[in-house]
Amino acid sequence: MRHRSFYEATARQRIVEILDAHSFAELVGPEQRTVSPHMQALQLPVAFDDGVVVGRGTLHTKPVLIAAQEGGFVGGAVGEVHGAKIVGLLERARRERPAAALLLIDSGGVRLHEANAGLIAVSEIIRAILAARSDGVTIIAAIGGASGCFGGMGIAAACCSAVVMSEEGRLALSGPEVIETAHGVEEFDSRDRALVWRTMGGKHRYLLEDCDVLVDGDMEGFRAGIAAAMEAPQSLTLEALEREQAMLARRLQIFSSSRDGRDVWRTLGWPNPETVPLVPTDVFLAQAAALRAA
Amino acid sequence: MTASLVTSTQGDAVDWRSVVSRLFPEGHDIVQDGDLLTGSGRCGGETLAVVGTIHHAALGVEISLAMAQYILKIVREYPGRPLLLLIDTQGQRLRQRDELLGIHRYVALISKAIQVARDRGHRVIGLVYDQGVSGGILASAFSADVCGALPGAEIRVMNLPAMARITRIPEEQLRELSRKSPVFAPDPHNYVQMGAVDSIWEGDLAQCLQDALNRAQANDHRARLALERGGRLLAGRIARRVADDA
Repeated sequence: MRHRSFYEATARQRIVEILDAHSFAELVGPEQRTVSPHMQALQLPVAFDDGVVVGRGTLHTKPVLIAAQEGGFVGGAVGEVHGAKIVGLLERARRERPAAALLLIDSGGVRLHEANAGLIAVSEIIRAILAARSDGVTIIAAIGGASGCFGGMGIAAACCSAVVMSEEGRLALSGPEVIETAHGVEEFDSRDRALVWRTMGGKHRYLLEDCDVLVDGDMEGFRAGIAAAMEAPQSLTLEALEREQAMLARRLQIFSSSRDGRDVWRTLGWPNPETVPLVPTDVFLAQAAALRAA
Repeated sequence: MTASLVTSTQGDAVDWRSVVSRLFPEGHDIVQDGDLLTGSGRCGGETLAVVGTIHHAALGVEISLAMAQYILKIVREYPGRPLLLLIDTQGQRLRQRDELLGIHRYVALISKAIQVARDRGHRVIGLVYDQGVSGGILASAFSADVCGALPGAEIRVMNLPAMARITRIPEEQLRELSRKSPVFAPDPHNYVQMGAVDSIWEGDLAQCLQDALNRAQANDHRARLALERGGRLLAGRIARRVADDA
């Protein structure tokens, strides 16, 4: 069962297969019919969970709180109700102190149909993540769904304690279509899937250290990767941010002239950067580790 | 479903110098470097650190890093000094190079720096004095303890034509909605009603700043304000239900 693809699964399937068997209990489930008033006002389809499933369970017997966005409903985008469920889960984490709060992100960011309310909802998620981290809660972002992790959710992911991704995962601030619409196809061809992947895909993010754990795209890969990330808690301190700031400043110096993922990988010492997309995850991770050590 | 398409601007940019002189009649040493403002100002007998953006700045990797760097420097060198974020931004820079370099990390570092400042006892005030858009406002003024806005400010996730294109809702319908519904129009008064903007700053800006400093609190209370003001009725209630249900 656990070899099912994370990419193709629904939010509920992901939760059931990543947590310990039969451990999940949903909070404010679909029977409560918490639908979006803004989608209703526009006479658009609604979902009884507003596109996000939240609840509690265990992972390797440790208590966790978990939220999973449903990429199949408005691209997993965040509206008022959807955001409030995630914020509530993170507030609960501040009180319950689980081993971790897990965010299975599959989202284009702000739900444009809710415009201002969606923007504020994403802001409240970011603030709730940071407040929970300040209280010592470990928060893991897992990214590997068809809607990726874009817009304000990209900022939210970078505010978490750790990011777990599969190769197919995409993590960015602006989506390819948004960049293409603003500056044309010469700036970014959103239909060039290989280019999109080289710019924001899992392997590239891992090599730049924007992803902490890169996993195979099956459920067992994510389950193991999330468990590994929970073992290495990162605290939000001035010293940690000063180190991150120095790392990001170095990145700008080293890669200032890079225009493509391949340029970045070559600079990092990959002798044949064009092969990076082709190698299996385990081989890739071994090579990346060897290059980091060198 | 993402971020901002807004690059055009409506009308002339607000002159940051006049805003700053109204905020700090007791004096300031704020300097401009490109689209970045940094420095300090005196208000109510107190010294504030100021970091800001001008000319509807597009927040790319460099300016985002510089903003975070300045906040971290203040936290390191001036423990407890209140921070003012003076924001005029068209949102994150929409370029392939920024995404290649991981711009989400750079923008998030501003939010995280603000959180660490807050944790260490700094009050953090945001003021949207012109434009506040998408990732640019999420990471800055919306990460502050208290966010104010000037009456002519515009806050939005995307302009209406772009929103119509992506949501496939006719622009005329969105325009009609934005007349009736605070959810769609960029008018900062709508954001007051929805709790994300504490108040509109008018008249004596130095007094507004002092009032904001007095109201600053570490916990995010925007959903509560929204319920009190009738702008977002579900956010706080549903969050509470998820947080407290047995």
